[in-house]
Amino acid sequence: MPQRTPLAEWHENNRGRMVDFAGWSMPVQYSSIVSEHLGTRKGAGVFDVSHMGRVAIEGSQATEWLESRLTRQVRDLPVGRARYTLITGVDGTGGKVQLDGTPVILDDALVTRLADQKDTGQRFILVVNASNRQRVVCWLEACLPPEGVTISDITEESAMIAVQGPRVFGHKKDDVHEGPLRHVFEERILEQLAALPNYGALETQLGGEPVLVSRTGYTGEDGVEIILKSSQAQGVWEELVEKGGAIPCGLGSRDTLRLEAAMPLYGHELHEQTDPFSAGLGFAVNIDGREFPGAEEIRTRRGASDRRRIGLVFESRRAARSGDQVMFSKNGTDSVCGEITSGSFSPTCERGIALAVVDRVVLEQESELEVLVRGVRLPAKLVSLPFYRRPRHD
Amino acid sequence: MEKSRRYAKSHEWARLEDDGSVTVGISAYAVEALTDLVFMQLPDVGATVTAGESFGEIESVKAVSDLYAPISGKVVAANTELPSQLETLGSDPYGSGWVIRIQPDSVEQLEALMNQEAYDELIGG
Repeated sequence: MPQRTPLAEWHENNRGRMVDFAGWSMPVQYSSIVSEHLGTRKGAGVFDVSHMGRVAIEGSQATEWLESRLTRQVRDLPVGRARYTLITGVDGTGGKVQLDGTPVILDDALVTRLADQKDTGQRFILVVNASNRQRVVCWLEACLPPEGVTISDITEESAMIAVQGPRVFGHKKDDVHEGPLRHVFEERILEQLAALPNYGALETQLGGEPVLVSRTGYTGEDGVEIILKSSQAQGVWEELVEKGGAIPCGLGSRDTLRLEAAMPLYGHELHEQTDPFSAGLGFAVNIDGREFPGAEEIRTRRGASDRRRIGLVFESRRAARSGDQVMFSKNGTDSVCGEITSGSFSPTCERGIALAVVDRVVLEQESELEVLVRGVRLPAKLVSLPFYRRPRHD
Repeated sequence: MEKSRRYAKSHEWARLEDDGSVTVGISAYAVEALTDLVFMQLPDVGATVTAGESFGEIESVKAVSDLYAPISGKVVAANTELPSQLETLGSDPYGSGWVIRIQPDSVEQLEALMNQEAYDELIGG
């Protein structure tokens, strides 16, 4: 039986088409993927992302210890800020973790620094993918020092709701008071949220319970992700949907939105053995003067990468899919030069789009790219990423 | 031979016409289940199709599905307006949302398909 989020019953009662996703029963869509997608781009969408793993890391040594675990620098992360990182380590799921095993990329994650507390010391929240949660927790626990750091997996005692779209914060300072969040938070908190920068996070209270609100998301839109107590999830969700007019969105539109924003998805753009530089994730590894599992290996790859991540747009509405081959023709000779990592129809572009990894050399010459989609060669145009960037109003 | 619609397990419908050809489409249930249709690949007129084998593709945002021929024969017409108006599949699945017309090798093959009652049971169960 798949696990159920605190909102599973709401989804089932509201035409959510439930699928088993990474061991969780999740809605893939309620109405249509395209209408949920466009609803988020034009207004506000609300997503149950409670399946994402949430791990609290605390203690007097938490900062220094995380600094040695993550590919991204943590030491300079201010309180109330989130950062995208990779987690490298040894997969020990189902057995004993071999601490001296060869490290791989276990996951990508957001790490957020919370305010220190007198009794617990430094505090962080790590949000990881549902599919990798167990092995990440397993690995981190195996690496714990004898004292000074504790880890607790708080996934099942909390919920996580994303609210995304231009209507969440609007274009002007006071627009947040017109958006869906006004039905959840009081005035004072709304103002604090509106003042948050991208990747800023606010620890506050909701109905007397602690809640973490981050100016983050996985759609390319402005918005927030809220981590709250399980028992509060349904109430907040209903306020956002029923009073706030936010459109419930399933995993289907979450995927098409993140693809247009060219955000990586573990299992597609990123795998255990991916070279972060080829995957366009060089920004997510700070290797100079730092040590973390696999740092040496990653260091040797810097500047040596002969592959590049690219964006492709098709003329047709037909989409290439993960694993399809990218073909390169020159002087009448064809060769395979890469493969699609994610592809879908794009509701915003109204045509097929795809992320691919290709040999760098083909990008340096005038060439026609085609993708072999189920036996048919589709011409593809190379475009700069992301496919969609939200309009700026300042 | 009864001229009502018959259905394949793969959710295509087939209807015998007065001229002996068989019109083929996709059931309302299947269209509703697919949602977000974005692309359709039709066979050329004159192509030979085989019962149970793919004659085309329908693609939604999430996935690509094969269309399976409910009966063997030769394609005598294809609804070429359909790929640019996929919403017709949902609004009029048994009328203007038809997909292809087949000149069947043997009309008796229709007997192997489900009648309305059996199909209703399949999708209800």
